[in-house]
Amino acid sequence: MRGWTGKLIRVNLSTQSIKLEDLNMDDAKKYIGGRGLGSKILYDEIDPKIDALSEENKLIFMTGPMTGTYASCAGRFNVIAKAPLTGTIGAANSGGHFGPELKFAGYDGIIFEGKSEKPVYLYINDDEIELKDASHLWGKNVFETTDALVEETSEGARVACIGTAGEKQVLFSTVMNDKDRAAGRSGLGAVMGYKNLKAVVAKGTNSIGVADNTAFQKAVLDARNKIRKDPISGIGGGLATYGTQVLANILNEAHSFPTRNSQDTVFEGTENISGEYLTENYLVRNKACFACNIGCGRVIKIPDGKYKGIVAGPEYEAGWSFGAACGVDNMNEIDKANHVCNMYGMDPITMGSTIACAMELYEKGYITKEDLGGKELKFGDANSLLEWTEKTAVRDGFGDILALGSYRMAENYGHPELSMSVKKQEMPAYDGRAIQGMALSYATSNRGGCHVRGYLTSPEILGVPEKTDPLVTEGKADLLKIFQDLTGLVDSSDICLFTTFALGLPEISAMLRGATGLDYSDEDMLKVGERIWNLEKMFNLEAGLSKEDDMLPPRILNEPVKSGPAKGKVAELDVMLEEYYQTRGWTEDGLPTEEKLKELAINKRL
Amino acid sequence: MKGIVISPEKCTDCRLCELACSYTKTDGFNPKDSAISVLSFDEVGLQVPMTCLQCEDPHCMTVCTVNAITKDEKTGLVKVDHDKCIGCKMCVSACPFGNMTYSPRLKQVIKCDLCEGTPQCVAICDTGALEFKELDGFLKKKQYIAGQFKEAFEEV
Repeated sequence: MRGWTGKLIRVNLSTQSIKLEDLNMDDAKKYIGGRGLGSKILYDEIDPKIDALSEENKLIFMTGPMTGTYASCAGRFNVIAKAPLTGTIGAANSGGHFGPELKFAGYDGIIFEGKSEKPVYLYINDDEIELKDASHLWGKNVFETTDALVEETSEGARVACIGTAGEKQVLFSTVMNDKDRAAGRSGLGAVMGYKNLKAVVAKGTNSIGVADNTAFQKAVLDARNKIRKDPISGIGGGLATYGTQVLANILNEAHSFPTRNSQDTVFEGTENISGEYLTENYLVRNKACFACNIGCGRVIKIPDGKYKGIVAGPEYEAGWSFGAACGVDNMNEIDKANHVCNMYGMDPITMGSTIACAMELYEKGYITKEDLGGKELKFGDANSLLEWTEKTAVRDGFGDILALGSYRMAENYGHPELSMSVKKQEMPAYDGRAIQGMALSYATSNRGGCHVRGYLTSPEILGVPEKTDPLVTEGKADLLKIFQDLTGLVDSSDICLFTTFALGLPEISAMLRGATGLDYSDEDMLKVGERIWNLEKMFNLEAGLSKEDDMLPPRILNEPVKSGPAKGKVAELDVMLEEYYQTRGWTEDGLPTEEKLKELAINKRL
Repeated sequence: MKGIVISPEKCTDCRLCELACSYTKTDGFNPKDSAISVLSFDEVGLQVPMTCLQCEDPHCMTVCTVNAITKDEKTGLVKVDHDKCIGCKMCVSACPFGNMTYSPRLKQVIKCDLCEGTPQCVAICDTGALEFKELDGFLKKKQYIAGQFKEAFEEV
């Protein structure tokens, strides 16, 4: 077997049974791996209507055929389950070292079913696989859990686990691996917590081979040379020099930097939360994920307080959510809140955005001091970030409400329209009014408000691969379809999306052909992405979602941008959505047609 | 004489060196079969790639009872002849730096052979953490690195 190991582990937590299965190669060829293959298994094995936090939900860890090789940034894996936050299909990917280690142990993925009576963790050491008691780890944070598990299993073992937030089923809790990497969105940590599965520990000694060494080497070398020269992902490029937070000044200058819960699109304090500022004042060094030659990860120094020390720094989205979204320009406090998210296992995008929403609800009088235990919660209050992030992780006081995410919280106080979310998941750091394509991307994303399913910021703001006008709606549907389909392929290969600043379909396809031996044309490869997108859509429709859910918050549709190049603009969703459904070959209600499903060889469940 | 010069402060922990090494020397990608390994010291935010230093007076060579290890005086390379090697692993114990390892999977010792003058770990390293160059001024560099370590550990 080349690329894939050909083996899956199936664990029934209710009966505590473990069995090995051969990978279904027909599915692997159609869905590649990672997000695609995991979603296919989930779609086949669960009823999308079930409650995400129920025994019927399954939790799948899945690598790709290039995970563990030296293909650029191919060290990723996906976690897939029905998502507690959105009720949609949930897939989130993560870098670090866990995914490759699972592969080295000899497995493409793991399927968890049922629910354990007591806390357990799964230990995989090559052929030795067992469920072990995790009672002593319950209540421990991500860092403590990781250290304890390496100590009690094996040196060099890699750990994916949940923190306190996952245990307490915070709806946006994450699955953390290697301490500070996260399968971050959709709330998959809560599924793990519900199942009483504290961690998965992997260690392996096997080799991973590829199908065609000559073709693979050439494809990887070509791809790497392209990345090396790229101004964004290359040597000395924006990502290596400033981390993802390099985007803060760029998006702010374009007046598409959502500020104070999207009441504004430009933030006066951006300089103090920029990548440049972080680099100058807090950066210790860059840290890369496995097999990554970009190295956007930040190791930073927290100079004071109880979290003083050397920790992982925030990504652009976290810097924004705790920063501009909350009107806070204090980098040090943002760093601490982000660190606490890693420590307890929470998605900082939703955490920061939910605090931002609470700030608006408080300032408008919908949340009272009483609700907050006698405290105020106003935009710009840097000290509130850490406090409420900590309280959310353990669901203490108002933290118990914040743990629901902004939509359910705002709904609770009678104002769901103030939640800046799509399908109940918070939109990230690009304003859809100032970047029309991103508005469409958010509205149509199969996992709710999300920037990494169709990153049109790349052409619309960064000019990659070609500059398009962010204020124009025409052509965005076509462009988005290509981006969404390509991203599906990237996420199923389990390479990092950041490679796509430098690589396109031909380069990624060539690496995949070399690794797997699949004789697919580039177009066939892109079709895999389209197949995944349509399968996810089918899951969501069967889960009960409809056209009405392909929607944006009223603010983004009705309140015009106040300044900058997009002044006076709102997101023109209607016109783009109609075009998008047509481009997708779906009905005007956004349903994939029988012909489309047949074309993509998707077997609809009856 | 050229050697692999390591700058830990530039290492990002990506492990591409381990992958390139194992893929060049074995049948696939496998960090456990690599002659270079990155040691992580997360608490101080430091990663240190470690590989054979091609010692002037190699202990591994001294303890080898079947003369499978030799040193090339011209290039400085310390080389293992796998045909002669009986797999006793004495050299693994003898290396003061732990840079000689044994792969149970391949049933042989693993040691850097500088890839005939173009080390593949260096070729893949984009950060400058690994360089293959003349060893002049090497000591100065070592002092610099030692200073960095000192600073980092003092903080913890």
